[in-house]
Amino acid sequence: MIQEKLHEEIHNFPTAKLSVEHVCKDFVTNNGTVVRALDDVSLTINEGEFVCFVGPSGCGKSTLLNIIAGLEKPDSGMALIDGTPITGPGRDRMMMFQEHALFPWLDVIGNVMFGLKQKPNLNNKERLEVAKYYLYLVKMDRFAHANIHELSGGMRQRVALARSLAPNPKILLMDEPFSALDAMTRERLYGDIQDVWEKRRKTIIFVTHNVREAVCLGSRVVLFSPHPGRVREEFPVHLPRPRNINNHDLADLSQEITSALKGYTAAESD
Amino acid sequence: MKRILITLSFFLLLIFIWAALTGDLAFIGVDISLWSPYVLPPPSTVGHYLWDNTLNGKIPLSMLITLRRLLIGYAIGLVIGVPLGMVSARFRCINDTLGMLALGLQALPSVCWVPLACIWFGQTEVALLFVVIMGTLWSVLLSTQNGMKNVPPIYARAARTMGSSPIHTLVFVTLPASAPFVVSGMKQGWAFAWRSLMAAEIYVSVISGFGIGQYLHYGRELQRMYQVIGIMFIIILVGLLADKILFSPLESWLHRRWGTGKD
Repeated sequence: MIQEKLHEEIHNFPTAKLSVEHVCKDFVTNNGTVVRALDDVSLTINEGEFVCFVGPSGCGKSTLLNIIAGLEKPDSGMALIDGTPITGPGRDRMMMFQEHALFPWLDVIGNVMFGLKQKPNLNNKERLEVAKYYLYLVKMDRFAHANIHELSGGMRQRVALARSLAPNPKILLMDEPFSALDAMTRERLYGDIQDVWEKRRKTIIFVTHNVREAVCLGSRVVLFSPHPGRVREEFPVHLPRPRNINNHDLADLSQEITSALKGYTAAESD
Repeated sequence: MKRILITLSFFLLLIFIWAALTGDLAFIGVDISLWSPYVLPPPSTVGHYLWDNTLNGKIPLSMLITLRRLLIGYAIGLVIGVPLGMVSARFRCINDTLGMLALGLQALPSVCWVPLACIWFGQTEVALLFVVIMGTLWSVLLSTQNGMKNVPPIYARAARTMGSSPIHTLVFVTLPASAPFVVSGMKQGWAFAWRSLMAAEIYVSVISGFGIGQYLHYGRELQRMYQVIGIMFIIILVGLLADKILFSPLESWLHRRWGTGKD
């Protein structure tokens, strides 16, 4: 009985279609000037798509991610999941942050359990099994009872990934999750996240300022430009997976995107 | 092991000097008694006093009475202080009013509450409890407030994306996240409570029971220096034990989990 329910929980792959319609968002800075972070942004993200948002700082990519997460509200326009407007945070969208944001008062498995405990359809024993499965998926099952401070930066982000995956969200939102890690660790995690995406078939939105990273991970790269934040161009990425960040074709495509990016910033300063 | 030996021999040396200065070592020919035993009694007299009064149950009883007052007052202080601190961290108007009041009253040494308590409540248990509560409450309130304010906002954001409601976030995220601050505040509150209770017991003599502080007071009244010094030892002992039994396990757990400073 328990086995059946667990099987259902783990082998159920909910995804969702996300649409952003004419979203505008202003910020007021400390000296009173109004900065337009997002200016009439519209986007459609398909079920199970891995989309990367790229752009220089101030282009509104993180703001858009927060709006999709429901942590911020747009001034006008709206974001919809499968046609339903987003009004606040929800378990169907999990967020991973630049800092791991793991809770130091809980051990590794306790952290993964945190989100699961908000799911009413499971009992504690089932939750524990689900948590173990996701720790296994991110190769952290041996560290289930470790304290957070005992883990390296890469291990912490792995646990954070397991914590976001565990409640089985439809959409995974990642806000520069690897930017604080060293290059070696990051490369390993590129492999892991592609592996997870392949296994869990989630809709993923990944925000980064690193073009190479975006091309390595995304099925589509959405380029943002700043002041005001707008979607400038989209690049589909058809390279075979799993991708290696040092691959030639990948480097060529990132070169192309980088020059496009430079074009906007140059036009901006004229 | 070596460190324990050093500590131990240091205290043995202190007792040796004390014994030498009070004539306890006359049997090995060392006797430099400078003061009368009314001013500085020998360790043997103090030891006798403590031994006899422990055996006849007076000291254990007074310890029990004092600890009961302390625990009740401290518990009330915590029960009021922690929620008030939480509320004051969350709402600015409470922070600007109650928070300021707490800041002001915390600057008042808790012994200064004793005269007020005596007039309001007379020579009663309530007066003692009141002083202990006043000693505990403000520092617990302030450190809880401080702890809650220092919780990184990312924890609450992460919890909210995981479907945690505002109340759930407060209880299961913000409160445990501020635990290191709250525990150090509880410890400080305990120290204040202990000090204020001793002050109160010296001033307030209650028919309902003689606490340790009252023995100290009557030691002075009756010119029994050995009682004064003996009771001082008891007070130190109780303070140390409380720290070791109550707070040390809690603190070491916190340090293990958070990975903060080790001894």
